[in-house]
This record gives sequence, structure tokens and C-alpha cells, in this order.
Amino acid sequence: MKVLSQLKIAVGGLRTHKSRSALTILGIVIGIMAIIMVMAIGKGAEDLILDQIRGMGSRTMSVEPGRMPEGLGDVYDIFTESLGGKEVEAIKNRNNVRGDNRVAPFVGLMETVSHENEKMRTQIHGASELWMEILTISPEEGQMFTDADVKQIARVAVIGSEVRKELFGESDAIGQKIKIKGQNFKVVAILPPTGVMMMMNIDDLIILPYTTAQKILLGISHYHAILVEAETEELVPLIAEDIKKTIRELHSITDPSQDDFKVGTMDEAMEIISGVTSALTILLTAVAAISLVVGGIGIMNIMLVSVTERTREIGLRKAIGATKTDIITQFLLESVILTIFGGILGILVGAGFTWLTGFAIREFGGFVSWKFYFPISAVFLGVGVAATIGLIFGLYPASQAAKKSPIEALRYE
Amino acid sequence: MTIIRAKNIKKTYNHETLPLEVLKGLTFDIEEGEFVAIMGPSGSGKSTLLHIIGFLDQQTSGTCHFNGKGMDDYTEDEIAHIRNKDMGFVFQAFNLLPRTNVYDNVKLPLIYSDRPEKEWHDLIMKAIKAVGLEHRVKHETSQLSGGEKQRVAIARALVNDARVIFADEPTGNLDSKSGSMIMKTLQELNQKHGYTIILITHETYTAEHAQRIIKIIDGQIKSDRKVRKRHDANHGFKK
Repeated sequence: MKVLSQLKIAVGGLRTHKSRSALTILGIVIGIMAIIMVMAIGKGAEDLILDQIRGMGSRTMSVEPGRMPEGLGDVYDIFTESLGGKEVEAIKNRNNVRGDNRVAPFVGLMETVSHENEKMRTQIHGASELWMEILTISPEEGQMFTDADVKQIARVAVIGSEVRKELFGESDAIGQKIKIKGQNFKVVAILPPTGVMMMMNIDDLIILPYTTAQKILLGISHYHAILVEAETEELVPLIAEDIKKTIRELHSITDPSQDDFKVGTMDEAMEIISGVTSALTILLTAVAAISLVVGGIGIMNIMLVSVTERTREIGLRKAIGATKTDIITQFLLESVILTIFGGILGILVGAGFTWLTGFAIREFGGFVSWKFYFPISAVFLGVGVAATIGLIFGLYPASQAAKKSPIEALRYE
Repeated sequence: MTIIRAKNIKKTYNHETLPLEVLKGLTFDIEEGEFVAIMGPSGSGKSTLLHIIGFLDQQTSGTCHFNGKGMDDYTEDEIAHIRNKDMGFVFQAFNLLPRTNVYDNVKLPLIYSDRPEKEWHDLIMKAIKAVGLEHRVKHETSQLSGGEKQRVAIARALVNDARVIFADEPTGNLDSKSGSMIMKTLQELNQKHGYTIILITHETYTAEHAQRIIKIIDGQIKSDRKVRKRHDANHGFKK
């Protein structure tokens, strides 16, 4: 029997029950769509996060107080005051840490900022010029504060584009005063609209000299982090070890498991993030695969109903010369056509939703560097998985149909 | 030439309570070109006999040969091929595909045949014309009368140029006028075009259209007599 005729019969069978066929493929559409979306958005998110981390530069390291908690009771250890001026000086000392490195302390806080009647709550970074270089941003207007400002605990501020918009509207902001915790700060520079970088919305940021943020706003003598830019990328692992050794000596720690600080390199961060996103993608793909299996069982169920409903037709076809293979092929083709159609639809809908999700993330989430990622392998995977599901779940109903004796099938009421 | 040879055919259905012997040793031959009516009351086993000689069912014992060979001599696929190429079936309940037009219903046997697709249209139209339904080609079967539905079934039996047409109570669901038209069509197919017709009926006046009547009662042949002279026509429409 000709393949084309088989196809026509199968399509005819499906067209006879349009709404049933449509509902049957819905399960496959959702399953394939879910897989496509998980793959595409998972990859997009991984790329975005890695790009953000990579944006900090492969030479950048951060030394942070506390250590990774080992349980719920351990949580206090994260917020220690273990990093201060002497740790910064020790790291700067070339006798302790090799290479001509740049070192800058960092503090951060959330605070309400106001200008006249306008107010907003936002993130404040106490940093230095090095922080701006790591972020690779230069002011759009005005001049960045200098190391002299840091030394003098100057009340100067660099503000993000959104902060400027919220507090000043269209009017000029340079030279104007903003108020944080009752203290006045002079706006010396405005950052260009940048969006999210390193998982921070730069547009909502206010950057002050770290000494100013530390002494005036927080009233503390420790830092929230020490940023280190290694002389060369190759030296990063050695420098990280030097820093650990130096601080341990300074804090008289002999057992590394008792460290009250942690040193993070970009490679480590990327490895961790990559591992986490891959694991999440696998998990979500597994969930999506379950929905595909449910869709497949739906197909099997419908095909079994169809076989029972068309028992007399099967009997007739056998009586006029259809072989077992012809009947199996007809019913298998019906389920494979359903699933392939569902697969293609799932790919298209999945691609559409992936694009929409990406659009929403870019437009409303501020992640301007989010890329629409749609792997071509997903198309083959989608159609392949769908066709396989059609074959597997269609085989049992098809073989049930083929087994029927023509005369018993013709007598079926 | 003998096309069907049945020898001591027995058929027993194994029911849960008691085995039911439906056919109790039937022996007869059918020659090519004959119009034979197998007649008997309900439950006499005539339909079971038709299914056995039409290779749709298998006897419990005895032999049944079609064209010199029994069902056991063929593989399942070969039997399907014989049913497709040499046999045509007309059922009491028409058994047409629902939501399908006359043309596609008649086409059905060709889908399973080795005939090239380019020949299909002519064969379908010839078969439809033979039963006088050319004005109904594109109509769905639900739009047809009972008599027309049965004529579609006959056209479907003819389309692949079958040698034998098995008609199982073809007038059973029809009024007398439509039934008589169907019988005339079958008679014409036999007399003018040489088709071998095996008709199952419980009605005497329907059986009288045949040349030979085999009467079955209680699974046994009660009589086998020729009632008309046989017409020797060449088989098929093409000749």
C-alpha cells in the first residue's frame, strides 16, 4: 500500500474528529513548548549571569567577611566585621600578596534619598574609582570623585540615570544636593542609562566615596568587601591563596575551616553559577518531560478509544484486503501525525513565548543584555521527541487494532 | 472451472456453557460464473458458511478451497491479497465509511491493491456507473437512501474487478423496491459481466434471482438445485 494513501487515510481519520484531535495534541504542544522554553530561557539566563560576572573582569576578586554557612545555626557567621583597614593594608603589602594589584574597600546599604520633595529608596555603594573601572562605566555628565575625595571623606555622590530622573526630573542635577540620612551630598556625576550589570540595576545606584558611606552613613569601621584587581589573570589563583594566607595570619587562624572571610574569583563564581543553572535546567526539563509523557498517555487513551469506535471500519478494511501492517501503519501514522503536528506547534508557541519572556525581561526587568536564545537543536529535539512519543504510545492501540479478526470486528455493535 | 470447493465443512463455536455446532459437514462446489443463493432461516449457519468460503473465518474441520488452495496454504498477507483482488463483499449493514463520499468509499479496495494510482479514477467511475450512481459521486453516504448505500457497497466490491462477489443478505435492510433493484444489479453483473455471485438470503423471492439455490437448515444442506440456466458471459467490464 502506498505511503501517500496511508497518509491520506490517517489524515482523513483525524479530520473526522477535529476537536478531539486538537485537544489530544494540546498535551504534546504544552510538553514540547515547556521543554523549548526551559532550554531557551535556561540558556539565556545562564549566558546573562555569566556575562554579568564576566563583566567584572577575570582579574577581579572579592574578599568578603564571614564564611559560607554550614547550617541554619551558622547564619550569624556570615555577617562578621572581620575586614577592616588593617586587612586592606595587609593585602596591599607586596610582601604578603604578590603582584602589583589594585585594592579597594567596598560598603553597601539601602537608604532613602531625597531632593526637595522627591524621595526614593535605593541602593548606595561606598566605593572608589576602582569600582567604576570594574563596572566599566564613566559618568555621562560631571566628573567622578577622586581618591582625594575618598581620603577627605568628601560628601559627594555619583547617581544613576533613574535616580536623577526620580529626584530631579528634567532639571539639572550636577552641583545639586541630595539628602541621605539627614546629611547633604553634592551630586558630582551622573551615570549613563546602563540597565542591569553584575545583577545590579546601575540606573538605581548612588555611589559615594567608601569612607563617606562608612563613617557618615553607617558609622562603622569595617568593610562589606575588599575588591582586588590582580596584576595579571594568570596570577589570580596564586594571589587568592596569598590573600587567604595573609588574612589567616592576621586573624591567627590555623584551621582553614574556621576562616572568617572568603575569597571569590570570577572563575569560581562562573563555575558555581554555571553548575546551578545547568542543574536547574535539567530539573525543569525533567518536569517538562513528565508533562510530555502525560501528553503521550493522552494520545494512547484517545487512540484506544478511536480503535474501539472504529472497530467495524477496521473489520471492513481487513475484509477488503488490508493487511495487519496496513492497519498498524494507519493507526501509528495517526498518532505520529498528531504528535509531530503537536511538536511543531509546540516549537512555534515555545519560540514565541521565549521571545516574549525575553522581551519582558529586557523591557521590564532591566536586563538589557538578555539575548533571545533559540537553539536549532531544540527543533530537532522537539519533533524527534514528539514523533517518538507518537510511535511509543501509538504502538499499543495500533497493534490492538491490527489484532482484530475481520469478522468479529464487522459484527461489533 | 471450480472456484470454490467446500468439503465436509464443520464449524463449532466454543461458548462458555456448551459448544455450539453451527455447520455440520457441508460439501459443495461452486463454478466460476455461477450465481448461487445460499438460503436458510435465521441461525441456520448460512452467514458463517459465507465467511468461511470468503476467507474471513476459518472452519473447525473440513477443507475449503478457493481457486484450488485452502486458507492454510496462504500466509495472512496472501489471504488479505486474495480478499482484495479476487473477492468482493456486500454486507447487509452496508459497512460504508461514515463522513466519506461515494467516490472515496468505492476507492477503498484500490488503496490496498497493487494497481497504479493513475488507473484508479477510471476504475472507480466504471464501478459507480455500473450501479447507476454517477450523479451521486460526491455525496456523503449519510445523504444516500438505503438502496443507494447498498449500490455503493456493490460498486466497492466491483472496483478491483473481483472474481467472486459475496453478498450477505444484501436486501435485508431495504424496502422491496430497492431490494429488487439490487437483485437486478447483481443479476446483471452475473449475466452480462460474468461475475460469480454468492448470495446469502432467507427470502425465497430473493433467492430466485440466482441460478442455483443451496438450502441450509440447522447447519446441513437440505437441497442443492439449479433453478435457472447459467449465462456464460465473459468476466469483467473491460471485455
